[in-house]
Amino acid sequence: MDDWMELFQSLDWSPLWISLKTGIVATIFSFFLGIFAARKVLKAGKKTRAVLDGILTLPMVLPPTVAGFFLLLIFSTRRPFGALLYDNFDIKVVQTWLGCILAATVISFPLMYRNARAAFEQLDVNLVYAARTLGMSETKIFWKVIVPTAGPGIASGTILTFARALGEYGATSMLAGNIPGKTGTISQKIAMVIQDGNYALAGIWVLVIMLIAFGIIAVMNLVAGSRSKDTKRW
Amino acid sequence: MAITVRLKNKLDNFELDINFKSESRRIGILGASGCGKSMTLKSIAGVQRVDAGYIAIDDTVFFDSAQKINQKPQKRRIGYLFQNYALFPTMTVKQNIMAGLHGSKAENEARAERMIEKFQLKGLEDRVPDQLSGGQQQRTALARIMAYQPNVILLDEPFSALDSFLSDRLQQEMLEMLQGYEGTVILVSHNRDEIYRFSQELLIMEDGKIITQGDTKAVFHSPKTKAAARLTGCKNIADIAYVDEHHFRIPQWGCTIETERELPRNTQAVGYRAHEFVPVWGERQKNCILFELSSMAELPFERKYFIRGKDDTEICWFVQKDQWKILDQKGRPDYIQIRPEELLCLKR
Repeated sequence: MDDWMELFQSLDWSPLWISLKTGIVATIFSFFLGIFAARKVLKAGKKTRAVLDGILTLPMVLPPTVAGFFLLLIFSTRRPFGALLYDNFDIKVVQTWLGCILAATVISFPLMYRNARAAFEQLDVNLVYAARTLGMSETKIFWKVIVPTAGPGIASGTILTFARALGEYGATSMLAGNIPGKTGTISQKIAMVIQDGNYALAGIWVLVIMLIAFGIIAVMNLVAGSRSKDTKRW
Repeated sequence: MAITVRLKNKLDNFELDINFKSESRRIGILGASGCGKSMTLKSIAGVQRVDAGYIAIDDTVFFDSAQKINQKPQKRRIGYLFQNYALFPTMTVKQNIMAGLHGSKAENEARAERMIEKFQLKGLEDRVPDQLSGGQQQRTALARIMAYQPNVILLDEPFSALDSFLSDRLQQEMLEMLQGYEGTVILVSHNRDEIYRFSQELLIMEDGKIITQGDTKAVFHSPKTKAAARLTGCKNIADIAYVDEHHFRIPQWGCTIETERELPRNTQAVGYRAHEFVPVWGERQKNCILFELSSMAELPFERKYFIRGKDDTEICWFVQKDQWKILDQKGRPDYIQIRPEELLCLKR
């Protein structure tokens, strides 16, 4: 018992904060980008839509290490674009927290995009027509009519996005690395301590992430439940 | 106020080709489901893509493909009442009414208040559409349109989702609420009672085209074409074979008709309303059809007899309750007689 107490007291909580910060910031990016992309894709023609949809969904289907590969290809300071960013704007993505955010955003983005798209597709098109005949501008229609009506779908998409961003491992480890106190997220911490055979410490972090996961599921059910209280069960 | 509409729109397996001009303030468009009525309204409102055509109210041109004019729906000031009312589900009644207003906040509030008063929505301002009855939803939708002060109001099958009792009441309500409205109102429906009650001028649509235009009562009382007769509720329509000015045969009904008034030379078919037959017992008289019953349906206030004609056709005879007694006493008639003065002379 004393061992556990000691372990707990000496625990470095930085992976939790890094994971949470990364999750929140990546979710904010994905939220706006996902909604924006969903809107653009729905407006596009049939063929463009198919191509765009494929590209935007790809990060969800491919192994995260493939996304990591492409991100490195672009942002490595030894490659043209990465070098350009670093030399001119002093922006470094590789081995930094920015890398964490970028990797988590890329990986979690498709969840936001697909959920937003599904929510928009279910929307009664007459609502948009009615709003237009009432003289509402397209921007106003989007933010005052479409987004609130599609709210529950967008909310559950946001929560899933957050969950995915929080636990991102593959692309993050490639792009941002595992620098304790800087880019060391919970997932990376678990992988690292397991390699050292430290099951007790890994177990603590597994417990932490499971608690967060249950919390997320509970919130999701609350959000989904609020809209479908009269749904019939079969 | 005159409204001019010329439209051509081609879809995968449907072609819309509309051409009408009307100065009436209450226009009804009658047509079966899928004949292009809604598409016509959506085109006028500007929420439907149109291939070619011209839409104008007086001198204001909304759409002209020749001059490449296509005003946004936001600029047209055309109110559109959808079948499902399309109230914004996350907004309250008051927010819905204020959604399209562009004035200052105080002005908008004041106008919304007036509409809430006028459309009897007091006490419901803060409810969302889900918490309203069908009638309240319709009033909210209409209040929202009226607050926006449109030049034209389009009503797209506003009563078809309601049960008949509620529909009847709401039709009356709608007529009253639109009473003071100065602009043009176009009602689209497949229900002839609604159209008859509401419109001064009637357009009948079939397969994407307008086949009849005229004064509503005149069109209902003497439709000129088979399609118009059918859509205005004439149950019995058959082609005729011309004999002379006062005689013609109806092969499908197996009878020859003798008429005092002269039959118009271009008559190709006749229509006969199901209530107008006269039962005959015993000897065959002139203008009679053999009563050979195929089936019968009894409704609360009406009996419907379906009589077998030639070539798998059926003749409908509807009998109101007050005449049941005589039928019950004398039994089924041997013939039913046509009164020639009630025949509708039709073209194809």
